[in-house]
Amino acid sequence: MSISFDNALGIHEKALNFRVKRAEVLANNLANADTPGFKARDLDFKAALNSSLNQFSEPGAMAMAKTNSKHLTTNAESADSLLYRNPTQPSIDGNTVDTQQETAAYMKNAMDYQASFQFLNSKFKGLTRAIKGE
Amino acid sequence: MSLNRIFDIAGSAMSAQSIRLNTTASNIANADTASSSTDEVYRARKPVFAAIQQSVMETGFSTAFTDTPESQGVEVKGIVESDAPLNMRYQPDHPMADNDGYVMYPNVNVVEEMTDMLSASRSFQTNVDVMDAAKTMMQRILTLGQ
Repeated sequence: MSISFDNALGIHEKALNFRVKRAEVLANNLANADTPGFKARDLDFKAALNSSLNQFSEPGAMAMAKTNSKHLTTNAESADSLLYRNPTQPSIDGNTVDTQQETAAYMKNAMDYQASFQFLNSKFKGLTRAIKGE
Repeated sequence: MSLNRIFDIAGSAMSAQSIRLNTTASNIANADTASSSTDEVYRARKPVFAAIQQSVMETGFSTAFTDTPESQGVEVKGIVESDAPLNMRYQPDHPMADNDGYVMYPNVNVVEEMTDMLSASRSFQTNVDVMDAAKTMMQRILTLGQ
Protein backbone atom coordinates (compact mmCIF):
# COMPACT_ATOMS: atom_id res chain seq x y z
CA MET A 1 0.00 0.00 0.00
CA SER A 2 1.46 3.31 -1.03
CA ILE A 3 0.71 6.70 0.48
CA SER A 4 -0.90 9.22 -1.87
CA PHE A 5 0.10 12.72 -0.79
CA ASP A 6 -3.03 14.20 -2.38
CA ASN A 7 -5.27 11.99 -0.23
CA ALA A 8 -3.16 12.23 2.90
CA LEU A 9 -2.75 16.02 2.97
CA GLY A 10 -6.27 16.89 1.81
CA ILE A 11 -7.23 20.49 1.38
CA HIS A 12 -4.54 22.01 3.61
CA GLU A 13 -1.80 22.13 0.99
CA LYS A 14 -4.12 24.02 -1.38
CA ALA A 15 -5.24 26.32 1.45
CA LEU A 16 -1.61 27.16 2.22
CA ASN A 17 -0.94 27.91 -1.44
CA PHE A 18 -4.03 30.12 -1.54
CA ARG A 19 -2.77 32.04 1.52
CA VAL A 20 0.58 32.67 -0.15
CA LYS A 21 -1.15 33.88 -3.32
CA ARG A 22 -3.44 36.16 -1.32
CA ALA A 23 -0.49 37.57 0.65
CA GLU A 24 1.10 38.49 -2.67
CA VAL A 25 -2.03 40.29 -3.91
CA LEU A 26 -2.43 42.21 -0.63
CA ALA A 27 1.28 43.11 -0.56
CA ASN A 28 0.86 44.47 -4.08
CA ASN A 29 -2.11 46.60 -2.94
CA LEU A 30 0.00 48.05 -0.13
CA ALA A 31 2.94 48.65 -2.48
CA ASN A 32 0.65 50.65 -4.79
CA ALA A 33 -0.98 52.69 -2.01
CA ASP A 34 0.36 55.90 -3.60
CA THR A 35 -0.06 54.97 -7.29
CA PRO A 36 -2.69 57.16 -8.99
CA GLY A 37 -5.58 55.19 -10.50
CA PHE A 38 -4.56 51.86 -8.95
CA LYS A 39 -7.49 49.57 -8.10
CA ALA A 40 -7.13 47.35 -5.03
CA ARG A 41 -7.71 43.63 -5.65
CA ASP A 42 -8.37 40.59 -3.53
CA LEU A 43 -8.93 36.86 -3.82
CA ASP A 44 -12.18 35.19 -2.78
CA PHE A 45 -11.48 32.27 -0.45
CA LYS A 46 -14.96 30.81 -0.84
CA ALA A 47 -14.67 30.72 -4.65
CA ALA A 48 -11.22 29.14 -4.42
CA LEU A 49 -12.50 26.55 -1.92
CA ASN A 50 -15.49 25.66 -4.11
CA SER A 51 -13.38 25.24 -7.23
CA SER A 52 -10.92 23.14 -5.22
CA LEU A 53 -13.72 20.94 -3.82
CA ASN A 54 -15.15 20.44 -7.32
CA GLN A 55 -11.77 19.25 -8.44
CA PHE A 56 -11.73 16.71 -5.62
CA SER A 57 -15.15 15.24 -6.39
CA GLU A 58 -14.84 15.12 -10.18
CA PRO A 59 -11.20 15.19 -11.16
CA GLY A 60 -10.58 17.19 -14.33
CA ALA A 61 -14.26 18.07 -14.80
CA MET A 62 -13.65 21.78 -15.35
CA ALA A 63 -10.30 21.52 -17.12
CA MET A 64 -10.09 21.42 -20.90
CA ALA A 65 -8.14 18.60 -22.44
CA LYS A 66 -4.85 19.55 -24.15
CA THR A 67 -4.51 17.46 -27.28
CA ASN A 68 -1.68 19.51 -28.78
CA SER A 69 1.47 20.91 -27.22
CA LYS A 70 0.69 24.32 -28.77
CA HIS A 71 -2.60 24.66 -26.86
CA LEU A 72 -2.62 27.51 -24.35
CA THR A 73 -3.43 26.80 -20.74
CA THR A 74 -6.57 28.45 -19.40
CA ASN A 75 -6.14 29.00 -15.70
CA ALA A 76 -9.78 29.99 -15.33
CA GLU A 77 -10.14 29.20 -11.64
CA SER A 78 -7.51 31.72 -10.58
CA ALA A 79 -8.91 34.45 -12.86
CA ASP A 80 -12.44 33.99 -11.52
CA SER A 81 -11.52 34.60 -7.92
CA LEU A 82 -9.27 37.68 -8.41
CA LEU A 83 -11.74 40.50 -7.82
CA TYR A 84 -11.68 44.25 -7.30
CA ARG A 85 -12.31 45.74 -3.90
CA ASN A 86 -15.31 48.02 -3.38
CA PRO A 87 -13.90 51.35 -2.11
CA THR A 88 -15.46 52.69 1.07
CA GLN A 89 -14.39 56.22 0.28
CA PRO A 90 -13.47 57.37 -3.24
CA SER A 91 -10.26 59.37 -3.67
CA ILE A 92 -9.52 62.10 -6.21
CA ASP A 93 -6.73 60.22 -8.02
CA GLY A 94 -8.83 57.06 -8.50
CA ASN A 95 -6.77 54.94 -6.12
CA THR A 96 -8.93 52.48 -4.13
CA VAL A 97 -6.30 51.24 -1.65
CA ASP A 98 -7.25 51.74 1.99
CA THR A 99 -3.91 51.14 3.73
CA GLN A 100 -5.48 50.36 7.13
CA GLN A 101 -7.90 47.81 5.66
CA GLU A 102 -5.21 46.22 3.55
CA THR A 103 -2.79 45.97 6.50
CA ALA A 104 -5.49 44.33 8.62
CA ALA A 105 -6.34 41.89 5.80
CA TYR A 106 -2.65 41.12 5.27
CA MET A 107 -2.09 40.39 8.97
CA LYS A 108 -5.22 38.23 9.20
CA ASN A 109 -4.10 36.34 6.11
CA ALA A 110 -0.71 35.73 7.76
CA MET A 111 -2.52 34.28 10.80
CA ASP A 112 -4.69 32.06 8.58
CA TYR A 113 -1.49 30.95 6.89
CA GLN A 114 -0.13 29.91 10.30
CA ALA A 115 -3.29 27.89 10.93
CA SER A 116 -3.10 26.15 7.56
CA PHE A 117 0.56 25.48 8.19
CA GLN A 118 -0.21 23.87 11.57
CA PHE A 119 -2.76 21.56 9.95
CA LEU A 120 -0.38 20.59 7.15
CA ASN A 121 2.49 20.07 9.57
CA SER A 122 0.42 17.81 11.84
CA LYS A 123 -0.58 15.76 8.79
CA PHE A 124 3.10 15.22 8.05
CA LYS A 125 3.81 14.37 11.67
CA GLY A 126 0.98 11.82 11.58
CA LEU A 127 2.47 10.22 8.46
CA THR A 128 5.91 10.04 10.09
CA ARG A 129 4.42 8.36 13.18
CA ALA A 130 2.53 5.87 11.00
CA ILE A 131 5.75 4.94 9.16
CA LYS A 132 7.65 4.50 12.40
CA GLY A 133 4.83 2.45 13.87
CA GLU A 134 4.57 4.46 17.09
CA MET B 1 5.88 29.04 -3.62
CA SER B 2 5.62 32.62 -4.68
CA LEU B 3 6.58 34.15 -1.34
CA ASN B 4 9.73 35.39 -3.07
CA ARG B 5 7.62 37.74 -5.14
CA ILE B 6 6.37 39.55 -2.01
CA PHE B 7 9.98 40.59 -1.38
CA ASP B 8 10.19 42.00 -4.91
CA ILE B 9 6.85 43.81 -4.53
CA ALA B 10 7.64 45.33 -1.12
CA GLY B 11 11.19 46.11 -2.28
CA SER B 12 9.95 47.98 -5.34
CA ALA B 13 7.61 50.02 -3.14
CA MET B 14 10.41 50.82 -0.68
CA SER B 15 12.66 51.99 -3.49
CA ALA B 16 9.84 54.13 -4.98
CA GLN B 17 9.10 55.70 -1.61
CA SER B 18 12.77 56.47 -1.03
CA ILE B 19 12.89 58.25 -4.42
CA ARG B 20 9.89 60.26 -3.25
CA LEU B 21 11.73 61.11 -0.02
CA ASN B 22 14.79 62.14 -2.04
CA THR B 23 12.82 64.52 -4.29
CA THR B 24 11.08 65.96 -1.22
CA ALA B 25 14.44 66.57 0.45
CA SER B 26 15.73 68.23 -2.72
CA ASN B 27 12.61 70.43 -2.95
CA ILE B 28 12.78 71.56 0.68
CA ALA B 29 16.54 72.18 0.44
CA ASN B 30 16.01 74.41 -2.61
CA ALA B 31 12.85 76.13 -1.35
CA ASP B 32 14.68 79.45 -0.89
CA THR B 33 17.12 79.31 -3.81
CA ALA B 34 16.90 82.76 -5.40
CA SER B 35 17.33 83.22 -9.14
CA SER B 36 17.17 86.13 -11.59
CA SER B 37 15.60 84.39 -14.59
CA THR B 38 12.74 81.94 -15.21
CA ASP B 39 15.07 79.50 -16.98
CA GLU B 40 17.46 79.08 -14.09
CA VAL B 41 15.00 78.92 -11.22
CA TYR B 42 14.52 75.57 -9.46
CA ARG B 43 11.11 73.92 -9.93
CA ALA B 44 9.53 71.43 -7.53
CA ARG B 45 10.21 67.83 -8.61
CA LYS B 46 7.63 65.07 -8.28
CA PRO B 47 8.05 61.34 -9.01
CA VAL B 48 5.35 59.64 -11.12
CA PHE B 49 4.28 56.27 -9.71
CA ALA B 50 2.84 53.46 -11.82
CA ALA B 51 1.98 49.83 -11.12
CA ILE B 52 4.30 47.27 -12.74
CA GLN B 53 2.11 45.14 -15.01
CA GLN B 54 2.87 41.46 -15.50
CA SER B 55 3.58 40.53 -19.08
CA VAL B 56 1.02 38.50 -21.05
CA MET B 57 3.51 35.66 -21.51
CA GLU B 58 3.69 35.05 -17.74
CA THR B 59 0.02 35.33 -16.82
CA GLY B 60 -1.36 33.09 -19.55
CA PHE B 61 -4.11 33.56 -22.10
CA SER B 62 -7.31 33.93 -20.06
CA THR B 63 -6.10 36.44 -17.45
CA ALA B 64 -4.54 38.63 -20.13
CA PHE B 65 -7.65 39.01 -22.27
CA THR B 66 -10.70 38.50 -20.09
CA ASP B 67 -9.37 40.42 -17.13
CA THR B 68 -6.83 43.13 -16.43
CA PRO B 69 -3.54 41.40 -15.62
CA GLU B 70 -2.48 41.62 -12.02
CA SER B 71 0.39 43.94 -11.22
CA GLN B 72 3.66 43.15 -9.50
CA GLY B 73 4.79 46.08 -7.40
CA VAL B 74 5.32 49.73 -8.20
CA GLU B 75 7.81 51.61 -10.37
CA VAL B 76 8.82 55.25 -10.81
CA LYS B 77 8.04 56.18 -14.43
CA GLY B 78 10.00 59.41 -14.18
CA ILE B 79 10.44 62.63 -12.29
CA VAL B 80 8.48 65.64 -13.55
CA GLU B 81 8.90 69.32 -12.71
CA SER B 82 5.91 71.14 -11.27
CA ASP B 83 3.98 73.61 -13.49
CA ALA B 84 2.77 75.65 -10.52
CA PRO B 85 3.34 79.41 -10.85
CA LEU B 86 6.74 80.64 -9.65
CA ASN B 87 7.08 82.58 -6.46
CA MET B 88 8.00 86.19 -7.43
CA ARG B 89 9.04 88.57 -4.70
CA TYR B 90 9.62 92.29 -5.05
CA GLN B 91 13.11 92.81 -3.58
CA PRO B 92 14.78 95.69 -5.46
CA ASP B 93 17.81 95.66 -3.14
CA HIS B 94 18.52 91.95 -3.74
CA PRO B 95 21.64 91.35 -5.87
CA MET B 96 19.69 88.81 -8.03
CA ALA B 97 16.80 91.22 -8.72
CA ASP B 98 15.80 91.75 -12.40
CA ASN B 99 15.24 95.17 -14.05
CA ASP B 100 11.78 95.49 -12.47
CA GLY B 101 13.13 94.63 -9.00
CA TYR B 102 11.68 91.10 -8.82
CA VAL B 103 13.51 87.99 -7.58
CA MET B 104 12.39 84.50 -8.70
CA TYR B 105 11.90 81.86 -6.04
CA PRO B 106 11.03 78.17 -6.71
CA ASN B 107 7.41 76.99 -6.82
CA VAL B 108 8.02 74.72 -3.80
CA ASN B 109 5.15 74.52 -1.33
CA VAL B 110 6.88 73.63 1.94
CA VAL B 111 3.65 72.50 3.66
CA GLU B 112 2.88 70.17 0.74
CA GLU B 113 6.44 68.81 0.86
CA MET B 114 6.20 68.11 4.59
CA THR B 115 2.96 66.11 4.17
CA ASP B 116 4.54 64.27 1.23
CA MET B 117 7.50 63.42 3.44
CA LEU B 118 5.28 62.02 6.22
CA SER B 119 3.22 60.03 3.70
CA ALA B 120 6.35 58.59 2.09
CA SER B 121 7.90 57.53 5.41
CA ARG B 122 4.63 55.93 6.56
CA SER B 123 4.30 53.98 3.31
CA PHE B 124 7.94 52.91 3.60
CA GLN B 125 7.27 51.61 7.13
CA THR B 126 4.16 49.71 5.95
CA ASN B 127 6.20 47.93 3.30
CA VAL B 128 8.90 47.06 5.83
CA ASP B 129 6.18 45.41 7.94
CA VAL B 130 4.87 43.54 4.89
CA MET B 131 8.35 42.21 4.18
CA ASP B 132 8.83 41.23 7.84
CA ALA B 133 5.56 39.24 7.87
CA ALA B 134 6.54 37.53 4.61
CA LYS B 135 9.87 36.61 6.17
CA THR B 136 8.11 34.98 9.14
CA MET B 137 5.83 33.06 6.77
CA MET B 138 8.78 31.84 4.76
CA GLN B 139 10.69 30.75 7.87
CA ARG B 140 7.64 28.72 8.92
CA ILE B 141 7.46 26.87 5.61
CA LEU B 142 11.11 25.87 6.01
CA THR B 143 10.24 24.05 9.24
CA LEU B 144 7.60 21.87 7.53
CA GLY B 145 7.76 18.27 8.74
CA GLN B 146 10.07 18.99 11.67
